[in-house]
Amino acid sequence: MREKETTLYLGPQHPGVTGNMMVKLKVAGDTVVKAETHVGYLHRAFEKLMEVRSWMQCFPIVCRICVPEPDPNEENLARAVEEIEGREVPERAKYIRVMVLELARMASILLWMGGQSGSAGLYTMPQWSVGDRDYILDLFEELTGGRVYHMYIWPGGVRRDLPEGFEDRVLKTLDYLESRLPDYDHLMFENAIFQKRAKGVGVIPKEKALEWGVVGPPLRGCGIKHDVRIDEPYEVYDKLDFIVPTYEGGDVWARAMVRRQEFEQSISIIRQVIEKMPKGDYYNKVPNPFNWIVPPGEAYVKTESVRGEFGYYVVSDGSLKPRRIHVRGAAYVHGVSLLEKILVGANIADVSFIMNSLGVCPPEIER
Amino acid sequence: MAVDLKGILSPFSALKQGVKPPHTVRFPREKKETAERYRGLHFNDLEECIGCGSCATICQNEAIDMIKIEGFETKDGDSGLRPRVDNGRCCWCALCVDVCPTGSLSLTKDYIYVTDDPNAFLWTPGVDNPDGKEKISFTSEEGKPLLDYQRIPMRELEGMERVKSFAEVVLGYDEEEARKEAARCVGCGICTEVCPVHMHIPEYIFAIGRGEDEAAIKIIYDNNPLGETCGKVCTRRCETVCAISKRGEPVAIRWLKRYATERANNADLIEEIVNPEILPPNGHSVGIIGAGPSGLTAAYYLSLRGFDVTIYEAKDKPGGMIMYGIPKYRLPLESIEKQVGYMQKMGVKIKYNTAVGKDITFNEIKEKHEAVLIGIGFEKPYELGINGEDAEGSIQAINFLRMVNSERPVDIGDKVVVVGGGNVAIDAARVSRRLGAEVTILYRRRVEDMPADWEEIEGAEDEGVVIHPQAIPLEILTDENNHVKAIKYANAEMIPDPNGGRPRPKIIEGDEHIIEVTAVIAAIGQGADYSFIPEDIMEKIETKRGRIVVNEKQQTSVPWIFASGDIANFRADAISAIADGYRAVKGIEELLLKKEK
Ligand code: SF4
Ligand code: SF4
Repeated sequence: MREKETTLYLGPQHPGVTGNMMVKLKVAGDTVVKAETHVGYLHRAFEKLMEVRSWMQCFPIVCRICVPEPDPNEENLARAVEEIEGREVPERAKYIRVMVLELARMASILLWMGGQSGSAGLYTMPQWSVGDRDYILDLFEELTGGRVYHMYIWPGGVRRDLPEGFEDRVLKTLDYLESRLPDYDHLMFENAIFQKRAKGVGVIPKEKALEWGVVGPPLRGCGIKHDVRIDEPYEVYDKLDFIVPTYEGGDVWARAMVRRQEFEQSISIIRQVIEKMPKGDYYNKVPNPFNWIVPPGEAYVKTESVRGEFGYYVVSDGSLKPRRIHVRGAAYVHGVSLLEKILVGANIADVSFIMNSLGVCPPEIER
Repeated sequence: MAVDLKGILSPFSALKQGVKPPHTVRFPREKKETAERYRGLHFNDLEECIGCGSCATICQNEAIDMIKIEGFETKDGDSGLRPRVDNGRCCWCALCVDVCPTGSLSLTKDYIYVTDDPNAFLWTPGVDNPDGKEKISFTSEEGKPLLDYQRIPMRELEGMERVKSFAEVVLGYDEEEARKEAARCVGCGICTEVCPVHMHIPEYIFAIGRGEDEAAIKIIYDNNPLGETCGKVCTRRCETVCAISKRGEPVAIRWLKRYATERANNADLIEEIVNPEILPPNGHSVGIIGAGPSGLTAAYYLSLRGFDVTIYEAKDKPGGMIMYGIPKYRLPLESIEKQVGYMQKMGVKIKYNTAVGKDITFNEIKEKHEAVLIGIGFEKPYELGINGEDAEGSIQAINFLRMVNSERPVDIGDKVVVVGGGNVAIDAARVSRRLGAEVTILYRRRVEDMPADWEEIEGAEDEGVVIHPQAIPLEILTDENNHVKAIKYANAEMIPDPNGGRPRPKIIEGDEHIIEVTAVIAAIGQGADYSFIPEDIMEKIETKRGRIVVNEKQQTSVPWIFASGDIANFRADAISAIADGYRAVKGIEELLLKKEK
């Protein structure tokens, strides 16, 4: 006899959902039979808004597309505009940008550690990792004036130079965070319960991963080496020495291990950046923002965000405002088509857990 | 299945964390200092702020409203408004701070703000946190300026090259320079308020910046048919209040106007571009006395509105003071003829060599027209009032300039003294240099008190004019042929005014000197000559200190008589005259068209 199916709405207000979206589940017993992602709970029409904003006014909008890791948005907008304009970016600014992007990646991974273990019932971890993330936010506050929304990377370079002695404080924070890694390992990654929950759960079949458009840690967790920073290096990534960790299995565990290693890679990248960063200019000024016209043209740029390849398609018709800005984040795939596929057959208790492992960010789905 | 013993035990190592101090801040017992550039609440230095509204314009959240606040009045260069931030909308991007041209706006170190007032999110920086200055953190000073504070330099003939001819000194912007200079404008419109005719300055600058020169010309002609003249010689009050000038060089508004208007290099082209709407004739007729800037302006707009307009001009060329009073190196003849030529195409009729009171009587004009506008300017120069003034070689600056401009021979010899400190004095001095003379200017007060434009003063100095301030002429000495031989003057000291006014010059007894000269040019001001107006009418026209009293539509106490230009305002410049002319159009329209109803 077929078990009775029940419809269950997970979210939009649910501590296990990574932001404001809803997954409509059909469950038979404890098993998910069908999953459907529903968005529309936070649509702020970023893309449309920017069509009626001047180029400079778009700058403070884009960061809000992703709270935990806003910086790739700023990076993409800046690089796209620079590409259309043919604007040079000072070398120092490129290094600073990489530092910011990697700090943001680390802060995001810390937040993910909290979410991933929290959704498995391991509540000590979020307290540690979110607390430690604040040391990175302190750095952001010092560098950019804002803890969460940095509004710092903009066309032409970065908004302000590094404050006196900032590099030392970054290094100190990196040392501290590195010293915390064994603690995280003991509590989370070596934890038998966590491993049991993570292994074999939320599996993405390797042979389907590329076809489905999976990117970032979920793809690398299928053993496929793909990372924009290496494949199509931007800023100064080609001058830095780092590896792209991969892991076989395609499950939550593999994704977790990838991120765990990426955290260490980011530490190494930032240390290299500080060592190699030249002195000099940090900003090649754009025209007066009130009269800033970007010449007609289009650009597609991409950045490796913590969730994976993150693209911006920007079109200018030669006016004061963008004609079109299209945002293509990893979550668009991970949170909709991928999630709907791999939730089928999962246990209800694993739904949030799987979602967390994919880095689903609803504002990236509805821009 | 094997038991993962390590995996079971190692999480318990977390227990050691229990003995470590927490890394959180226990507020309010412990406080956390914000970073140096933290973006907290807004603060505005209300005295520095000019109410330009750039902050409100850039704010993409529309979080800023410009509001009236107590203690700040609208005045030249200050809208009297101040920003109020809706903290419910603000995202603390601080773009408002980065674009604030005065640097008055900043963000403070406030992490937390607690109040029981539910309306406190409407936050007037500087008013709601008067102590904010001590807490300033994020400023525009720290970063690279977002605005362009450097002006695109104007190319000019080199100083000593200039005195060889009457070629125009200012060479004008080329296209690229103009676009760049125009792009510096923030579009706040503070300038529009102080422009006597309220030209649409940000609009035409914006058009120039976008490469739409024809649109710019159209916008300029909307309320100023002598835009090219102003583009060359305007006293440009607008630039003195330009928001950018608070921290940099003002946008070169005048040169941009010059650039745009010069693009239309003949009357036909102006017509083609401006292509104004001309109303069908309305049967009313207006007489205008004087083809100066005010009369021409009124004539042009009246013609467009269907009036039949005739200007009576005593001389043989149009322009009045701008034709005869401004040297050719600043405003070439062709430029005036082009602008007036266009007006004539639009229906303005000008009768030259028709001096009212001589070639035609005022009463005849009254018979012919329903309304009369008097715009005769100040043509009667003030005398120095010293001995020897009527000698050969002692001349009045405006007569001198007129003669030079109409290419009549003037003999000033090789050593000239000009008396005065206004633009006319500087013009006379610079023209004399071009005629080959050595020139000294004697001025009663200090150089900084000179009413002339600083650029003109500098220009004169570059060309070798010697300025002798605090010098008061006492007597002109003559030779046996009653020709000027020398001028005697005394040095003066500045005595502070006990009432706080301008310091006054006082002759230093015994400190007298004599300079040998071949000519003395007096340039201490002019007055009007109303003798052409019949006494019975003049009696009814109210005057004050030599000027005719008018209402805000230039109407005199005799309803059908209007007055404009130098005889009706105290500003004595072309743009104020143009503004008068523009206002008179409204007055005349009201008078004549209302009569109809
Ligand atoms: S931009 Fe600055 S000067 Fe202008 S209104 Fe705002 S605070 Fe005042
Ligand atoms: S900080 Fe940004 S959002 Fe806030 S008022 Fe200023 S411009 Fe607007």
